[in-house]
Amino acid sequence: MEYIYYPGCSLESAGKPYDESLRAVFRALDLGLRELEDWNCCGATMYMSVDEALSMAISARNLALAEQAGFRDLIAPCSACYTVLLKTNRFLRDSPELRAKVDHLLGEVGLKYGLGVNVRHPLDVLVNDVGTEAIASAAKRKLDGVAFAPYYGCQIVRPERGFDDSEFPSTMDRLFQRLGARAVYFPLKTRCCGGMLMTTFPDVCLQLVKDLLECAVENGAHCIITTCPLCQVNVESYQKRVNKKFGTAYQVPVMYFTQLLGHALGCSETELGLQRNLVPWKAPISALAA
Amino acid sequence: MATARMSASPTKFHAPVPGTLPAPERELRRRFLEEAEVVPGGERISQCLQCGTCTGSCPVSYAMDISPRMVIALFRAGQIEEILRSRTIWICASCYMCTTRCPQSIKITDLLYALKRTAIDAGLYPEQFPVYLLSKNFVRIVNRFGRNQEMLLLLFYYLRRNPLGLLRLLPLGIQMIRKGRISLFPKKIKGVEAIRTILRASKSLELPREKQAVPYAEGMVGYRAVG
Repeated sequence: MEYIYYPGCSLESAGKPYDESLRAVFRALDLGLRELEDWNCCGATMYMSVDEALSMAISARNLALAEQAGFRDLIAPCSACYTVLLKTNRFLRDSPELRAKVDHLLGEVGLKYGLGVNVRHPLDVLVNDVGTEAIASAAKRKLDGVAFAPYYGCQIVRPERGFDDSEFPSTMDRLFQRLGARAVYFPLKTRCCGGMLMTTFPDVCLQLVKDLLECAVENGAHCIITTCPLCQVNVESYQKRVNKKFGTAYQVPVMYFTQLLGHALGCSETELGLQRNLVPWKAPISALAA
Repeated sequence: MATARMSASPTKFHAPVPGTLPAPERELRRRFLEEAEVVPGGERISQCLQCGTCTGSCPVSYAMDISPRMVIALFRAGQIEEILRSRTIWICASCYMCTTRCPQSIKITDLLYALKRTAIDAGLYPEQFPVYLLSKNFVRIVNRFGRNQEMLLLLFYYLRRNPLGLLRLLPLGIQMIRKGRISLFPKKIKGVEAIRTILRASKSLELPREKQAVPYAEGMVGYRAVG
C-alpha cells in the first residue's frame, strides 16, 4: 500500500527530524510513501483567523492535488496541518455555501476537489492499518527500560473524536508498550503546549510548558514522546528559558514518536535525525539488546 | 477589569429605545453573525447554559481578561464590542478542549475565530497587536512562497514587534541552524501563481468592505438583546 505524504512547512525546518524519522519508519516497514508534488501551506490556524473561504481553498488545493494523483489516504504528520486539512474536509461537506465558494476558487486554477481524500495521521496509519503486532514482529530492538510520557498534544484528537479519545488517547501508549517501553502516568497527555503563543505571549506559554515538564518528570518519565512539531519545539527548545524563569533544572529529551519507533525498528541515529535533537537521548542499555 | 467596566455601563445607559442596541453594536453583531454563519453548527451559541465548563477546561483562561463563558454572556447581553476589545480572542491557542467538553456542543473555538475575523474586519484590535501581526506576516509569506518559512516569519515578527527579543532568541537560533533545523533559504513552490490566483479570485467573491473603525460607544451598550 502506498500513501501520499503531506509534510507541511514545519517538517522542512524545525521539524526536520520528524520528516527523516517518518520516512525511515515507513522504509523499515516496507510501506510506500510518496510526497505530494508541489504541496502548499495548509493555511494553519493563522490563515484561518484572516479569511475562512480563502484559507479553506488554499488548504483544499492540496487535497485536490492528492485526489488528482489517485490517492485516498493522505498522511499529515504535523498536528496543525492534520487538523486544518481535516477541518477543511468537514466544513466542505457540511457547508454547501462554503463548498460553492471553494469550488469556484479551485476552478480558477483548473482544480476540482470531490471530497475523496481521507486525512490521516501517521500514528493512526501505523497502529490501525499496519497494526502493533506486525510492527512488533518487524522490531529489531526491544524498548525495555524506556519510561516515556506519551504526549499527544491537542490537535490530533480534537475538535472531533478522530481515531482515538479526545482527552485520554492510548494509541501511542499501546504501540510502545507492545515494544517493551513503559508509559508513565501522564494526565496532561492532551494538554495544549501553547503553540504559537510562545511567540505572541511567551509568559503564558512558558507556564504551560513548565506544567508539562513537571508532570512528566514527577511521574518518572525519562523522555517525552510527541506527535507534533510545534509541541516538540516548545517543550524541548524552551527548557532553558523555563529553567531560568521558574528556577528548575529540566533537561528532558523530547522525541518524535517516529524516532523512538524507528529506534525499535533498527534504524540508525542519523536516519532518525536523533543528532538534531537539542537534548540528547541515550537509549537504556537493555533497549539496545536485540 | 472587564467586570468593573460592565457594572459601570448601566448608569450611563442612554440607548434611544429600550430593548434595542445602539447602532455601532448592531453593526458589529451583524458582522459577527455573518462570520459565525460560516461555521457549521455555529448557531448553537444560543444553547449556552453558562455552566462554565469551557472556562474550567481552558489551559489559558487564567491569562484572559474575559473568560470563554463570559464571551457568550456578553454576546447575549449585546456587548460584542467588549469582547472584540478583549485579549481573550487572541490568547486562545486553538486546543479545542472547550469545544470537546461543551455539553451543548457549541463550537467555541471556531466562534472565537469568527470573533477574530470580526475584530480584524472592524479594525478593533490594538495597534501592532502580536497575534494579528504574526498572522499578517504569515499570510504575506505564504502568498509569496506558497509555504511558510519559519525563519522569515519570526524574523519579520520580532523586527517589527520586539527587536530585543531577537537578540534573546539568537543563541537558540544559532543552535537550531547548527542542528540543521532552520532552512536559511526560502523555497518557492511551482504553484505559487495558483495561490495568488486563488487569493485574487477570493477578493472578487465578496463585495469590498470598507475597513471602518467603529466608534467606541462607552456607556451605550449593555441592554439585553435576543441571542
